[in-house]
Parts: sequence; structure tokens; C-alpha cells
Amino acid sequence: MSELSPIPADKLRFTEVVPGGWNFSHVLKKGTTLRITDLEGGANVSALFYNAEFLGERFNMPDSLKAQHTAFLTTGNTCMSDHGRVLVSVTGDTCGWHDVFCGLSNRETVKEQFGEKTYAEARNDWHRNGRDSMLVELGKWGMGVRDLVANVNFFSKVATDEEGNFSFVPGHSKMGDAVDLRSEMNTLVVLNTCPHPLDPAPGYAPKDIQLQVFDSEPPAADDVCRISCEQNVRAFQNTERYFL
Amino acid sequence: MSTLTESSLDPSSALYRQVIPAGDYWMHPVNKGQTLRIIDLEGNQAADTLFYSATDKEDRYSAADTLRAQGKLYLTTGSRLLSQQGTHLLTITADTCGRHDTIGGACACESNSVRYPLEKRYMHACRDSWLLAMAEAGAEWDKRDIPNNINFFMNVPVTPAGGLKFDDGISAPGRYVEMVAETDVIALISNCPQLNNPCNAYNPTPVEAVIWDA
Repeated sequence: MSELSPIPADKLRFTEVVPGGWNFSHVLKKGTTLRITDLEGGANVSALFYNAEFLGERFNMPDSLKAQHTAFLTTGNTCMSDHGRVLVSVTGDTCGWHDVFCGLSNRETVKEQFGEKTYAEARNDWHRNGRDSMLVELGKWGMGVRDLVANVNFFSKVATDEEGNFSFVPGHSKMGDAVDLRSEMNTLVVLNTCPHPLDPAPGYAPKDIQLQVFDSEPPAADDVCRISCEQNVRAFQNTERYFL
Repeated sequence: MSTLTESSLDPSSALYRQVIPAGDYWMHPVNKGQTLRIIDLEGNQAADTLFYSATDKEDRYSAADTLRAQGKLYLTTGSRLLSQQGTHLLTITADTCGRHDTIGGACACESNSVRYPLEKRYMHACRDSWLLAMAEAGAEWDKRDIPNNINFFMNVPVTPAGGLKFDDGISAPGRYVEMVAETDVIALISNCPQLNNPCNAYNPTPVEAVIWDA
């Protein structure tokens, strides 16, 4: 967990509000940072990351976790690709814990939890789900089910007990909580704002988020993510060599 | 720790038996109703395993969906192995080890260069085995067909505080895990060649795959 600095006006490239239950993608250029803000509290942002120059290189949850010996993401952590490089670094985080285990909701889980609400009856208030949203957004880049792997669920916390049982932590993310993701490559970010699959909230009420993309400095020698563990030092070396 | 569950199946009546040497791979169909047993012959080995629907390889094992649906981090008897399309691929029906991992992933030359010194890139790794198996299986298979895998016999505990480490194995010579195919599947195992991890005492050893008809 850490404080976030205000974004200088001359560094801001664009701002986008993504409504709850929607999907979005963007190639986050090397040298920029994406700030995601939970506008209402209780948001969930399911995200996947790919090397925009070779979409077969993608976020690898197990490689990221075992290198950093962590079961969640927060400030100082990196999201590594399966090529041993850093796609994005978590350079700031007021929330403290982002889930990496529980995947996406799907048509069946949403129907079971909230009941069915189709587009035909509810128009754009229909019930959308994480898996379909991800597939739609991936489809825009010529990608599909083969590109779906374990994702990050930003702003959601799922605790595990000694036996490995999951419990969703309600109220984890507060209004205004935010996370900064600095792009270390030209990284395709694909995200959606559908409910976390283990969030027991009785009503379908996915929360809006704000995205801000701004210019940021390249990681310094003493960067918080670079030096948080020796594994990250090497992952940054691999990443920097990619651009030589 | 989970309760251990033994099986009544006798290997002498098996349809198929194959020892998979350390560092080798095995790609084989397991038909609906058949039982697949993987035996850790010498103990504390990791069998890095993927499953695909035999009729649609894009419908493949999903660690995230399996964990989400069972609400629990470890695999053992009773675990339903799901695809990301929700297909119920297999069910674990016996387990004399007690806990198997599906968040630790597989070794790759590239991840070795991060976890260990950079020069550890040039060591045989699970992903190389999978890529070679896929190259042999046909042009329709490639790297995108490698989802997050199961590590049978691996122990990767997560603490309530969110720590994660590769613990010493809890398996032992002859321990096994058994699963019934709920639909026709293709199994792809890399018998892990990792030499840098104390969890296998730096000594990869063979496993055996055994299949019984329904």
C-alpha cells in the first residue's frame, strides 16, 4: 500500500470513465502509467496484459507470484509475462491487495447469483459477465478463448485460510482508492468492470471506474518495483534488453 | 490437511501403463469414463499437467475457473477440473498425497532467468517439453494453447497474510492421484526437469501414468 502523487496537468494524456459492467482496452505505451480509480467503492476491475508487439506474450499469474513470493499484488509488485519480462509495475496503490486467483464471472454464475436480465428486456441495464466482456474486448484485437488466462481482479480481496478456503472480503476498496500501473513495455491492457465472481452482493450493481493515462519517468535504479526483490531486478534486466 | 483417499483399482488390470522419465513429456487421450492415475514413483516429483477437450482443444483446463468454482486453493479428492468454458473435464477421485497445486505454474527458460540467476535460462524446462509435444501434435497447436497448469504432487501453500512459497513436497514414493474423465480429454504432462528448486531435492525423478477403462 502507498500514497499516490497528484498527476500534473501537463502529463495527463487522457481520462476515461468506464461504467460498471463494461469492458475497455488500450495499448499502454512504455513510459506511461495507467491510474485506475474506484469511483464509488467496491469496484472490481478484471484485467489481462499482453505485449502489444507479440500478443502471444502475456501476463503469467504463476510466474509473477512465485518470483515475488506473494499471493496478491500491491505496491512494489510487477505483472510479469511468460517471457520473464515486466508488462506493468504496481508503482502505487491505496488499496493494499488485488486478487489474482479467482478469475472471471460468467453467464452461469451471474444468472445464478443475480437472475437473468437480457438485453431484450433491459437494454443496457442487462446483466453482463466478466468472461463474455473479456472475450468481446479480446476479439477486437483478433484474440479469443486461447488468450484467456488467469487474470488480476483489481480492488478485490479474497483471503485464504490455512486449508486454502477462499473468503471474499467485502468493503475492501473504498471510494477514491486507486492503483498506478506503469507500463514497462508497449502493453495491451484488456479489462472489464463486471462483478468479482465471489462477491456475495445480492444485487447486480457493478461499479464505475476512472482511467487516467499519464507520462511517467522510466524506472530508476532505486525504483520501488525494481528493487523490491532480486527477481524483479532480473525481470527488469530482461525487459530493458528487449528494447536494445 | 486433506484426508487421503485410496483407490481400489489394481494396476495389473489397467488398460495402459507408461513411465514418464524426468524431463520428458506425455500427450495421451483419456476417454470419458476412463480413470487416469499418476504415480509419483520416487517421491516429491512435480507432474505439470494440462487437459484439453478431445473435440475442441480451445476448451481447456482453467485454473482460475476450477478454483473459483470450488472456492478453495488446493486440489484433492472431489475437485472438479473445469475448463474456462465451464466444461467439467475430470474429477479427482483418489489422492494419497493430499494436496496439489494449480497456482505455481510451470518452469520455463525465461522464468528461470527471473527466479534464479540470469544464466539459468539454459536449462531444460517444462514449457520446452510442452512446445515440443505441441509441435509434434500438429500445426494447429501453439504457445497460446498453454494455459495455467496443475502441478500434481507440488505443495505451494499460501498463508493468510498472502505469502506464497514452494514448500518441501508432501508427497512420497508411490503416492498417487487419480481422476475420472467426465468427457473425452487429451492429457499433456511435462514431468518437470527443474534442477534449481529444493522442493524435489534438486533431483527430478520419473512418474507413471496408468489408465483403466470404465
